[in-house]
Amino acid sequence: MPGTDLVLHEEEFTKIRDVISRLRAECNAKVVFLVDKNGQQIAAIGELSAIDTTALASLAAGNVAATDSLARLIGEKEFSVLFHEGERDNLHISVVGGRVILVVIFDERSSLGLVRLRVKKGSTELAAILDVMLKKSASPRKAAAGGSPFAEITDEDIDKLFSD
Amino acid sequence: MTFINYAAREINCKIVYYGPGLGGKTTNIKYVYEKTNPNSKGKLISLATETDRTLFFDFLPLDLGEIRGFRTRFHLYTVPGQVFYDASRKLILKGVDGIVFVADSQAARMEANLESLRNLDLNLKEQGYDLRAIPYVLQLNKRDLPSALPVEEMKRQLIRKGEPVFDAVASKGTGVFETLKTIAKMVLLELRKGR
Ligand SMILES: Nc1nc2c(ncn2[C@@H]2O[C@H](COP(=O)(O)OP(=O)(O)O)[C@@H](O)[C@H]2O)c(=O)[nH]1
Ligand SMILES: [Mg+2]
Repeated sequence: MPGTDLVLHEEEFTKIRDVISRLRAECNAKVVFLVDKNGQQIAAIGELSAIDTTALASLAAGNVAATDSLARLIGEKEFSVLFHEGERDNLHISVVGGRVILVVIFDERSSLGLVRLRVKKGSTELAAILDVMLKKSASPRKAAAGGSPFAEITDEDIDKLFSD
Repeated sequence: MTFINYAAREINCKIVYYGPGLGGKTTNIKYVYEKTNPNSKGKLISLATETDRTLFFDFLPLDLGEIRGFRTRFHLYTVPGQVFYDASRKLILKGVDGIVFVADSQAARMEANLESLRNLDLNLKEQGYDLRAIPYVLQLNKRDLPSALPVEEMKRQLIRKGEPVFDAVASKGTGVFETLKTIAKMVLLELRKGR
């Protein structure tokens, strides 16, 4: 659906944060991270200070996009899970509801088996929340209480952004 | 596809620099990176080959400040120009909000400009976008070179819909911010329309 903006409201944001916080606790992960397939960060939780989350979002999305294409090349629909194993930290990447990417960073305090198990459960919950979010996004102007704040953007507002 | 986050009060927009290989796309966003103050930019990521050709994309997140209480972020991407990287280009166009076409002014590169423009049109269509409907700016780069075609001639061949056109020497920074400001403004105005 090109042209449809993705709109995230407080209500879904809180729910998403709750699910990924719980997921992080359950699998003893360092970071749990949710990214739109286009590379936009949706939510992140955990030891974030050492990580450039914007870069992580863009690269995770690029990674999934490239891997999707690889999958199609060999006749698969997609690879539902990507796993990168490091010396200290590992990266577990999975696609939720076909639209967003769930990234879990974990070390030896956790295990691939545990992460896999918990991600499966968390994904079902996330998919349901995202469903609502996408439905609301499809009619964003109505969904925003009091109308869209952007309808009122003036040329001066925009010019101000560049005045430095 | 702008991402509006009411919870974090952020707007995220995606701008893609498109054009033939070696036309100056990476040079454009490197210049933006160098000239932007450290608080408003993220890391510049380049997925390049050993010979410095863009392999997958360059990526630069920019934070332009607040608009109506929302932090306004632009994600700048470049695509690899070489013909055989079409798969990468398609992926990067996903969710695009605005496009800058960086044309190479050298006479010998006119055919490559046209080919890339056709490719853009096709790749957009494949994803259900329409070049005529999407915010779009044309940049005529490498105006410093002696072999540069006259501006009028380039416009005649490359203009698609009365889009804004900027002369540029990206390697010196000329025209780089003018181009960026214009496309950013067009994207935000689109947001105002609310589609
Ligand atoms: N003379 C001249 N060279 C330029 C200009 N802009 C970029 N270049 C050079 O052209 C080459 C290719 O630029 P690059 O940004 O990598 O192209 P890309 O493939 O479109 O990303 C580099 O050597 C740049 O220094 C320009 O305006 N004038
Ligand atoms: Mg490049």
